[in-house]
Amino acid sequence: MSELTPPIYETEALIGEDIDAYLELHQHKSMLRFITCGSVDDGKSTLIGRLLYDSKMIFEDQLASLEADSKKLGTQGQEIDFALLVDGLAAEREQGITIDVAYRFFATEKRKFIVADTPGHEQYTRNMVTGASTADLAVILIDARQGILTQTRRHSYLAHLLGIQHIVLAVNKMDLVDYDQDRFDEIVGQYREFADDLGMKAFTAIPLSGLAGDNVTQNSDNMPWYQGSALLPHLESVELQQEAAQAASFAMPVQWVNRPNLDFRGFSGLIATGRVAPGDAIRVVPSGKTARVKSIVTMASDGTLQTLEAAVAGQSVTLTLDTEIDCSRGDIIAAADNPPAVADRFEATLIWMDEQALLPGRSYEMKIGTQTVAASVQTPKYQVNVNTMEHLASKTLELNAIGVVEIATTQKISFAPYAENRALGSFVLIDKMSNATVAAGLLHFSLRRADNIHWQATDIDRKAHAQLKNQKPLLLWFTGLSGSGKSTIANELEKLLHTMNRHTFLLDGDNVRHGLNKDLGFTDADRVENIRRIGEVSKLMVDAGLIVLSAFISPFRAERDMVREMLPEGEFVEIFVDTPLEVAEQRDVKGLYKKARAGELKNFTGIDSPYEPPLSPDIRVNTTQMSAQEAAQHIVTHLFGL
Amino acid sequence: MSELPPSRLTHLQRLEAESIHIMREIAAQAEKPVMLYSVGKDSAAMLHVAKKAFFPSPPPFPLLHVDTTWKFKAMYDLREKAAEDAGMELLVHKNPEAQAQGINPFDHGGLHTDMWKTEGLKQALDKYGFDAAFGGARRDEEKSRAKERVFSFRSADHRWDPKNQRPELWNLYNAKKAKGESLRVFPMSNWTELDIWQYIQLENIEIVPLYFAAPRPTVERDGMLLMVDDERFPLREGESPEMRSIRFRTLGCYPLTGAVESEASNLSQVIQEMLLTTTSERQGRAIDHDASASMEKKKQEGYF
Repeated sequence: MSELTPPIYETEALIGEDIDAYLELHQHKSMLRFITCGSVDDGKSTLIGRLLYDSKMIFEDQLASLEADSKKLGTQGQEIDFALLVDGLAAEREQGITIDVAYRFFATEKRKFIVADTPGHEQYTRNMVTGASTADLAVILIDARQGILTQTRRHSYLAHLLGIQHIVLAVNKMDLVDYDQDRFDEIVGQYREFADDLGMKAFTAIPLSGLAGDNVTQNSDNMPWYQGSALLPHLESVELQQEAAQAASFAMPVQWVNRPNLDFRGFSGLIATGRVAPGDAIRVVPSGKTARVKSIVTMASDGTLQTLEAAVAGQSVTLTLDTEIDCSRGDIIAAADNPPAVADRFEATLIWMDEQALLPGRSYEMKIGTQTVAASVQTPKYQVNVNTMEHLASKTLELNAIGVVEIATTQKISFAPYAENRALGSFVLIDKMSNATVAAGLLHFSLRRADNIHWQATDIDRKAHAQLKNQKPLLLWFTGLSGSGKSTIANELEKLLHTMNRHTFLLDGDNVRHGLNKDLGFTDADRVENIRRIGEVSKLMVDAGLIVLSAFISPFRAERDMVREMLPEGEFVEIFVDTPLEVAEQRDVKGLYKKARAGELKNFTGIDSPYEPPLSPDIRVNTTQMSAQEAAQHIVTHLFGL
Repeated sequence: MSELPPSRLTHLQRLEAESIHIMREIAAQAEKPVMLYSVGKDSAAMLHVAKKAFFPSPPPFPLLHVDTTWKFKAMYDLREKAAEDAGMELLVHKNPEAQAQGINPFDHGGLHTDMWKTEGLKQALDKYGFDAAFGGARRDEEKSRAKERVFSFRSADHRWDPKNQRPELWNLYNAKKAKGESLRVFPMSNWTELDIWQYIQLENIEIVPLYFAAPRPTVERDGMLLMVDDERFPLREGESPEMRSIRFRTLGCYPLTGAVESEASNLSQVIQEMLLTTTSERQGRAIDHDASASMEKKKQEGYF
C-alpha cells in the first residue's frame, strides 16, 4: 500500500471528533449522476477505481481481495489494478471487458455521486445510451497518446443526443506524454471543431492521469500550466439537471390515484418539471379540465399527515385538488396556463436495443411517462452512422442502430420535445409478444399531417350499409400454415353463406399479391406491411356492410392483433386452421414446401420463417379430423348458432 | 426532511423520491405485489419509504417474511410490531421440507441457506402467486449487485439471467411479463449503507436493538464472534458463552451472523463506527465467503 498516495477524503477528523456535526454537514449534500465513456484502454475503470479509492469507498477487506486479484488477474504487475474493482460479473472479469451498465457510488462533503459505468465498444451502444439517459454529466475519456478516435466521436454524439448538458473531455494518461501542454492543447483544439459540428455548446477539458492521480481530486504539480479545476471539484460544482428542471412550467405525470376512503382523493406522482404550491391553477391533460391545488400531502416521521408549502421537480408527492375532476394514471397534471401538447404522430429518434430488428408497421407498446399506448413506426427516414454522423438509407433498425422515424400512436398522448423536457419527451417501445424493451426513443415534434386530414363524415354510415343488407358485418380471419386449407375452407364457407343470402367477399392471399401488394416480398417487414394493407381493405369492406373472408398465413400474432384492433369489438373473428406442419408439408398442394426444403424459396413460413399460432382463437378448425365442407358448416354453426 | 427549503433537494430527498416512484409504478402495474421484509435496517428503511409513498393509504400490498426459524429473538419481536404500525398484513413462510428435515445452520452449512431462504422464497412466491416482490438490496452491497436492474425479471422457475436483462432507461420501468413470470424490484438500489443510516436517523425509524451495542453472551468460532441467542446453540468442547459488549452491522440467522465488539449504543455512534471501520458490510455474513462470485451464482438460482 505504501506506493499509493493516501486518499484525501480518508477518515475526516470530524468523524472522530464530533459525529453529529459531521452528519449535519453530510445531510445537505446534493446528488449528481454521471456517466463515464471510454474503453478499458483509456483507463476508465482505473479512473473510477481511483475516485472510489480516494473518496474512501473501498473497505479493507475489499482492498485485500483487490490486492490478491491484482496479482492474479491484474495488468499492473505487483501494483493495485483499480480496474478490477469495478468489473463486476464473473464472465466479464474473465473476458477482461465490462459488458453491461454498472452503477457505482461515492460521496464527498458536497455531493453524492452515482456513476454509470458502461462499456465503450460500438456493440454496446445500447448500454451507453442506458447509462446516459439518467446522467447530468458525461466524462468522455481519451488516451492522450491516441488523441480523438472514432469512439470519442461516437461517445460524444450519444451523450449529446441524450441531452447531457455537461460534457467533460478527460484527457487521460498525461503522465505518458510527459504532461505536455502542447499535446493537450492540440487535442482540445481538434475536439472543439468536432463539438461545433455536433452543435455541442460547451465542454470542459481536463488533463489528468487516473493511474498517477494527477488532477483527479486536486490540482497536480506536474501540470502547473493547467489553471482549471481538477475532475472531482468540477463534479462537485456543476449545475444539476434536477435544479435546472425547476425553471420550467409545472408538470407531473399521474402514477397512482390515492383513495383510502370517500373523504380523500389524492393524485400521486413524481414532479417532472417546475414547482407547485397550494392555490396554483392546474390543468389535467389530455382532458383539459382545470382545478386548483388544495394541498400537497406527505407523511411526517411520526406517521401523521403533514402538508408541504411547495414542491419541486424531482420530488414524489401526492396532490389534492379543490374540485372533483376526472384524473387517472397516464394523465398529466400541469400548470393551467402552459400544459404540454397533445398529438398522435411524431418525428422521433429511436435507439434500437433488441436482437430482433424493427418491423415497420408492427404495433408496439409505447411507454411514455405513465402513459402506455399502442404505436407503430414507419420505415426509417434515415439511420445515423454513429461513428461519422452520416445519414444512411435504411429499411429497418437493427440492434444498436440509431435512426429518425415517424411514429404514430393509436390514441393521443401528452408530450414535450425531448430537447426541452427529458421526462415528457422520452419513451421506450416494448414488444407485445416477448415483453422485451426493444427501443428507446426521443420525441422531437408532432407531425401536423394527421391533424390536417380530418375524417370525412358521410351520411350513409356503416350501420346504414349493414341494415340494408340485413346482416351483421364481420371479418372472418383465416390464419394457418401454407397448405393448411385456409383458401379451400374459406371458399366452401363463402358458397354456404351465399346460399344463405349473405353478402360476402373473399380476400385471398395469393390473389392480393397479384395486385394491391405486388410490390411486397416475404421478409418479416414486408409480411407486416402485407397484413396492414389487407387489414385496412378488410375494414373498408366491413364498413360497407359485407361479411369479409380473409385467408392469409398472417404468421405473427402482433399483426393479427393489429387488425383486430382496427375493428369494433366483436366484428373480428379469428379462425385458426390448425394443420400440423407435417400434414401441410405432406399435402404440399402447390409444391412450395419441396422448393423451400431445397432452399429455392427463402423465408417460407414453418421452414425458415416462424409461425405464431393463435393463443385463443375464436374458432379452431382441425383439418385432420374434418373435411372442408364440414369445417365450413362448423364455422356457420359457431357464428349463427344454426 | 420536508422542513428543508425545497428548491435544492438533498441526496436523501432525491433517493426517497426515486424509491417512492418505483414503488408506485409497481402498485399501479403489478397484479399482486408483495414486499419482502427481513426485519433488518434496510427493510426498515424500505418499509418507511413505502408508508410515505402511499400515505394516507396503507401500502397496497402485504409484507412477506421468509423465515428460517433461526433469526434473532429481537427480530421476531419487531416484525409483528412493524407490520401492525404500517397497517399491513404480515405473511410468514417457513419451508415445510426444511422444517421436517430439521435443517439448521450448525449441521448443514450452505444447505441451510439454500433450503430455508432460496427454496423458501420460491415456495412462498408460488404459493401466494405474487407477480412482483420488493427487496431491500442495494447496488453498493456487492459486485454482482452493481449491475442488477431496478426491475429484475425472473423466469417462471425464478431464474435470473444476467446476460439477458431488460435495458432500463430514464425512469421508465417495463413491468410487462407473461403468466408465471415475475419481477424482483429493488427500490433502494441507489442507496448506500451510509444513506440508509442517515435516513433512519433523520426519519426516526425503529430498528432492531441488536444494531446497538450492549453486553451479550458470545462465543468466538472460526474467526467470527457469534451470539448465543437461545438454547439451540450447540457449544463445542471448551466453549463457554462470554459476555461482551457487541453489536451487529447486519442481521441474518444468528448462527451465521458475526457480531463486532463495540460500545456504540446510539445511532450517531453506530454511524461513526461505520465510517471509521474498515471492513465492508457483508464480511459479517458467512454466505459470501465460498467463492468470489458466489452471490452471482446464488442469484441465478433464485436467491434474492
